[in-house]
Amino acid sequence: MARFLVRRLAVMVGMLFAISLVTFLLFIVALPGGNPAGMLAGRLATPAEVHLISVHYGFDKPIWVQYFRTMEHIFDGTSYSYQSGFNVLSEIEAGLPTTLSLALGAGVIWFLTSIVVGTLAAIKAGRYTDRVLTVLSMIGVSMPVFFLGAILIYYAGYKASLIPISGYVPLSNPADWLWHLIAPWFTLSVLFIGIYSRILRSTILDTINEDFVRTARAKGLSQRQVLLRHILRNSLVPIVSLWGLDLAQVIGGGAILTESVYSLHGVGYLAYQSVQHFDTVTLLSIVMLTAFCVVLLGAIVEVLYAFLDPRIRLQ
Amino acid sequence: MSGEDAALRVPASAAETNGTALLEVEHLRVLFPIKQGLLIDRTIGHVHAVDDVSFVLHEGETLGIVGESGCGKTTLIRALVRLTHATAGAIRFRGADITAASQKQLRPVRREMQMVFQDPQASLNPRKRISQILGSPLRLRGVPRAQTEGRARDLLTRVGMYGEHLNRFPHEFSGGQRQRIGIARALAVDPKLILLDEPVSALDVSIQAQVINLLEELQGEFQLSYIFVAHDLSVVRHVSDRIIVMYLGKLMEVSPARELYEKPIHPYTTALLASIPIPDPKENRKRDRPLVGGEPPNPVNPPSGCRFHPRCPRATAICREVEPPLTEYAGGHLAACHHPQNVSAEEIAASRRSAASPLAAGEETPAADPA
Amino acid sequence: MSAGAPLLEVDDLRVSFATEDGLVRAVDGVSFTISPGEVLAIVGESGSGKSVMAMTLMGLTRGPNARIAGRATLGAVELVSASERDLQRIRGASIAMVFQDPMSSLNPVYRIGRQIVEQIRVHDRSVSKQEASARAVELLARVGIPHAERRLQSYPHEFSGGMRQRVMIAMALSCSPRLLIADEPTTALDVTVQAQILEELRVLRQQSDAGIILITHDLAVVADIADRVIVMYAGRVVEHGTLDELFYDPQHPYTWGLLGSITRVDRDTSTMLPAIPGMPPSLLRTPQGCHFRPRCPHAFAKCMDVPELSARAPDAPGHLDRCWLEVEQKRKLRVVGDQIGLASSEPVIS
Repeated sequence: MARFLVRRLAVMVGMLFAISLVTFLLFIVALPGGNPAGMLAGRLATPAEVHLISVHYGFDKPIWVQYFRTMEHIFDGTSYSYQSGFNVLSEIEAGLPTTLSLALGAGVIWFLTSIVVGTLAAIKAGRYTDRVLTVLSMIGVSMPVFFLGAILIYYAGYKASLIPISGYVPLSNPADWLWHLIAPWFTLSVLFIGIYSRILRSTILDTINEDFVRTARAKGLSQRQVLLRHILRNSLVPIVSLWGLDLAQVIGGGAILTESVYSLHGVGYLAYQSVQHFDTVTLLSIVMLTAFCVVLLGAIVEVLYAFLDPRIRLQ
Repeated sequence: MSGEDAALRVPASAAETNGTALLEVEHLRVLFPIKQGLLIDRTIGHVHAVDDVSFVLHEGETLGIVGESGCGKTTLIRALVRLTHATAGAIRFRGADITAASQKQLRPVRREMQMVFQDPQASLNPRKRISQILGSPLRLRGVPRAQTEGRARDLLTRVGMYGEHLNRFPHEFSGGQRQRIGIARALAVDPKLILLDEPVSALDVSIQAQVINLLEELQGEFQLSYIFVAHDLSVVRHVSDRIIVMYLGKLMEVSPARELYEKPIHPYTTALLASIPIPDPKENRKRDRPLVGGEPPNPVNPPSGCRFHPRCPRATAICREVEPPLTEYAGGHLAACHHPQNVSAEEIAASRRSAASPLAAGEETPAADPA
Repeated sequence: MSAGAPLLEVDDLRVSFATEDGLVRAVDGVSFTISPGEVLAIVGESGSGKSVMAMTLMGLTRGPNARIAGRATLGAVELVSASERDLQRIRGASIAMVFQDPMSSLNPVYRIGRQIVEQIRVHDRSVSKQEASARAVELLARVGIPHAERRLQSYPHEFSGGMRQRVMIAMALSCSPRLLIADEPTTALDVTVQAQILEELRVLRQQSDAGIILITHDLAVVADIADRVIVMYAGRVVEHGTLDELFYDPQHPYTWGLLGSITRVDRDTSTMLPAIPGMPPSLLRTPQGCHFRPRCPHAFAKCMDVPELSARAPDAPGHLDRCWLEVEQKRKLRVVGDQIGLASSEPVIS
């Protein structure tokens, strides 16, 4: 376990470094328009003003100095957006509760729902229920988030007033928090449920033919016991690994569309705004956050793996 | 090592062999590293898959290799065709050292050494028609494109199938037919030596007999040499001129086929033979069959001295400490055992240490059987 | 063979499966009985229906595409028509099964102990987990697993193949079954381990009066352990007799072919084995009459009708076969060289 943690940590550091370097080069150095000082100074600035800003922000320094300074700022929380002038870390911190609420809630929903849907489709394979579920998953996978969101807001929110139209309420008011998140959770989950349930269905259908399932039946277990104890448990590995990665994506600001449609001012919304305003400093920080989440959840997933299948040893 | 060449040459026993060495293997070792480390992997040990094995295969001979799982028989033949890299030792094919030959240098050798695998399903490309499977080795051999189909048809007929099978895919055939196709593919390049890795163990009994018969026919017709690897001793006895018994990467016994069964010298060979039931109820009831306990141990940490000693009923202190040399008895019968059986005191006195002995083996000559 | 009431009575069992290509007749009218303490070997190649037949006795072939007919009576229960609920009570308790591949037959994610305890407790909820564990330790020790108590905590992948098969046998014995079905129990094992497992089955037979159905393709294993033998070919029983009857006075040409096809470790076999030509038929399109007819060098006009499975030799009323040839004819025809085999008229292959 110690070996696993040390290795993971080393991988995490290496990956974050590589990602930060690539993103830095892409966003800051190769930025269309060149020197960000010009952008910062505004359209009417004189060359002298641009130069002053350039010196102030260090854009005249060698690239590697700029890189280390930028990273330093990101990690000590003194990084400021060139556009808004806000502290980037506080901006992300402000968005995190919203994004975490959205991601964790939706993550639990899509994970559990796809287990139910996938299992049901597998045990009814080839029959009517399976076909209906197949069609529904296809619809789920192909339904664009902004479209589904818009429909929900219009019909369930605006027309029928069943749900709030948009916005986020902090967890300090649990009922309202839940109330405001139901539609975003659903919207975000639909795509994942479609994909996950399909994968689980085929994994289960493979597992059913395993010899140990036959052994379980020969032992006198009921169909239900065989399904729950022997088939399902052995079929979870693929979707658990996907789940870790997808959840990391969403926490790292990946739910841009869902957050925008429902005006949830989370990390995804922040990313959307930064893209619109060429706010490269903020974007860089968000990308680092995503990378961090992916690596961290990847490690957690591996621990889960070892728990699900004792043949897998933590390396 | 060239000085040892002549000494290594084991006298040919069976009348069928003309004595010319086709393949010489000297002190071959295949070790698989086991890696572990905190940040960077270091090699902390080795799986001793094949550990200092020497033998000679003569032209026209069938050499059987038997042993239980983990004995290294499959690794050995994979190393011979260079599918696995040999860690140390030398492999000479028709006198040329191929141990370190490049892929390019190997190409002509590969044409003469073919391999037939256990699972015919897995060794045939499922997306290719039989005509393509047989056609590419034929063209490799230089058969003009216009003639390949005819030649492929001949090959297929030769292995007992029909010309119209050429346009089908592997999945349209039964296991036995696929194994015939595998054999036809090996024959396509006109090889001298075919290495057969458990070629019949996945087949039904009646189909097994057909394939064994086919291999027997082809050997005479194409002057082939075979190395026949199998776990089934009765099949190996049937097909082989000489037999190698392996255990945990080491040679235990090398013997002319019939003698191995009538006069096994190594206790492990006796144990293997006693384990096999005979398809004859009355004979079976008459037999005294001492069981050996346990299972082959892990080749990562093989036992010291003689590798069989923890399971051996005859083991003594020396077996735990000193690796027995391969001792050569009369008639080209070799065994690596401190306490040989079925040999008289005179035979032991006349025996000598074989040059095929592992380098680490002790110098002690075996003690006479007290019984 | 012990006298008295048979343990299991199978009568005209038929199993077929509807597939896209048509109806696969896997088991085509199989009848036999087995007594307590008896080892009945069922011999056949792939596609002979031997495994499907065994799985059907356990109710494991039921499904929307399966057609099962006939009767199989175990004590008071008729297995073919029994409800799923009744079958669950029987599986693992009255009838237990050991499968070919011990590598894949145990669930890789659960400890051995848990898998044995599961079987004990599914049949008797009144047994506590501790009691069941204690019983599992006893069972493991009984089948020769050292440090049984500690090994209870091991996962299947921590065992060798032979040890896993011992675990499977221990599990099968956990509810003291009356009938043990062993489907190729030693095929995946090394020969020294095979001998140990066969010894285990022999001991089991001495210690309990369970009947054992041994399904195998290996006639040497049969000769080692069976009392009676059934030879199956393409879904039908072609011969049924005691061990000695089958090996020394085989009546069906297919049995001759099987006996001729095997190599022996104790003596030289002729260079060319008298192999059976051709392949077993597809179960979708079995030949008319005797299923072995197209591969049989001794076939004649009458073989277009299906021969009944009946006693044909006057001196052996229990020795049944499905072949139209006269007994005296058979005794001449089956000799090839100095052994029993199938004389080949011409090399028919593929």
